[in-house]
Amino acid sequence: MAEAVRIETPLTHEKLAQLKTGDNVLISGVIYTGRDAAHKKMVEALARGEELPFDVKDQVIFFVGPTPPKPGQVIGSAGPTTSYRMDVYSPILIERGLTGMIGKGLRSEEVVAAMKKYGAVYFGAIGGSGALLAKRITAAEVIAYPELGPEAVRRLEVKDFPVMVIIDQEGNNLYEKGKAQYRRI
Amino acid sequence: MKGEEKLKRIHINTIIDAVEKLCIKANYDLGKDVIASFNKALTTEESPLGREVFARLIENAAIAHEERVPMCQDTGMTVIFVELGQDLHIEGGLLTDALNEGVRRGYEKGYLRKSVVNDPFERVNTQDNTPAIIHYDLVQGDELHITVAPKGAGSENMGAIKMCKPSDGLEGVMQFVVDTVDKAGGNPCPPIIVGVGVGGNMEKATLLAKKALTRDVGVHNPEERLAKIEEELLERINKLGIGPQGFGGVNTALAVNLEVYPTHIAMLPVAVNINCHAARHKEITLKGREE
Repeated sequence: MAEAVRIETPLTHEKLAQLKTGDNVLISGVIYTGRDAAHKKMVEALARGEELPFDVKDQVIFFVGPTPPKPGQVIGSAGPTTSYRMDVYSPILIERGLTGMIGKGLRSEEVVAAMKKYGAVYFGAIGGSGALLAKRITAAEVIAYPELGPEAVRRLEVKDFPVMVIIDQEGNNLYEKGKAQYRRI
Repeated sequence: MKGEEKLKRIHINTIIDAVEKLCIKANYDLGKDVIASFNKALTTEESPLGREVFARLIENAAIAHEERVPMCQDTGMTVIFVELGQDLHIEGGLLTDALNEGVRRGYEKGYLRKSVVNDPFERVNTQDNTPAIIHYDLVQGDELHITVAPKGAGSENMGAIKMCKPSDGLEGVMQFVVDTVDKAGGNPCPPIIVGVGVGGNMEKATLLAKKALTRDVGVHNPEERLAKIEEELLERINKLGIGPQGFGGVNTALAVNLEVYPTHIAMLPVAVNINCHAARHKEITLKGREE
C-alpha cells in the first residue's frame, strides 16, 4: 500500500487537486453526517428557499447512520452506508459547494458529472468496519433533524479517518479500474 | 405422542430472554466460519488493496467481540427462523409477541441501531426495531429452535428474483446468479455470501435463498450435485474481478449456498439473496419442561 495522504478539512479546491483515484487518505477535522432522510430534508429545504442546517461549501458529508453510543463512547459503530441512494440528492449539494462524500458502492453518471463540473471527490470507507471506524471519531454532536434518530445530521470531529479515493474530480473510478484488472471472464 | 408422556411446556419469558441474547450476540460476535474465510482469503487475494480490506475486517471483528459493540452500524432488520416442535405448548402469551419483545429488548440493551420504519410510505421509525420478520416451520418433537439473523439493507437491496423458463435450465439459472452479483458491484459490501433459492414458486424461492444464508461459510449443500453447482458458481463469481469492497480482486464471494425445492412443470424460479461479509446468524434450541 502506498503511503497515506493526510488531509485536513475544510476540503478546499487546492486540496482536492492533489487527490487521485486509489489514494489512501487519512482525514482529520470536522465532517458532517447525512443519509437518506437527511438528504431528502436538506434538498426540500433548498427547494423552499431555506438555508441548509450547515454550509456545505468545502465540506465533507459521511453517509452514515451510527448505532447508539454505549456509556463512555463518543459514537456507536459508524461505517458507511451504500451511496447510490443519495445519488438523486448529491448533485444539488455539490453545486452548492460540497467537495467530499464518504460512502461505499457505485455512483450515478449524474453524480460523477457534477463532481467533474464543480470539483468534488467520492471517498470509500470500508463497509462493515463500523467498530473500527468509530475509534477515529473524537467528537459527535447532532446539529439538525434530531427526530430522525440515527439519520440525524451530526457534526463529527475525526482524527486520521481512513478512506480511499474512489472517484476523483476528473472522474477516474477505482471500481472500474480494479474490476478491469482482475476480471477473468 | 404416547399417552403416559406429560405435555412439555415453555413460558414466553424463556423465549424473550433467548431472543434478546441472540440479537446482541449476532451483532457483536462474527461467526468463526466467516473469520476463518477472511484469514484464508488473506492468503489467496491478489490485490494489495483487497488484502488490506481483509486485514481491517479481521481487526474490526476482534474489536466488536472484545469491546462488545456491533461489528456494523447497520444492525439490520431482524429475521427469525423458528422451528416449533408440535408437541410443545407455549405458555404466557403469543409466540410472535414473545419473539418481537426479545428483539425490542435486545436492540435496546445491546445499543443496536433501530432501523425499522412503520410503513413503506409513511416511514416513521418504530424506535425498537420491531416488527421482526418471522418464518415458522412446524416440526416433530417438543423443542423450539430459533435462529436470529439480522440482515443489513445494503446487501438486501441487491437481491433479485427471476422466473426463468424451464428451457433456460441450469445454465440460465447460473447466469442470472452471476449477473446479479456483477450488477451489485461494490454495493453489498463484498466479500459476500450468496444465498440462492431455486424451485418452488415465487415466494418459496426467495425464502429458500434467505434460509441458505443461515448456513455457515464452507458448509456445502449435503447433496453432491448441488454442492458442485455451489462450487462452480463461486468460481464464476470470483472471476468477475469485483473483489473485496469492489476495489478489484479475486475474492468477491466467500461462499455460494444453494437450496432447491420441487416446482411446477411450467416454472423455474431463481432467487438471489446477497449477504454482506457481516453474515450474522445465531441459534438456540430451547427444551420444554414437564409441568
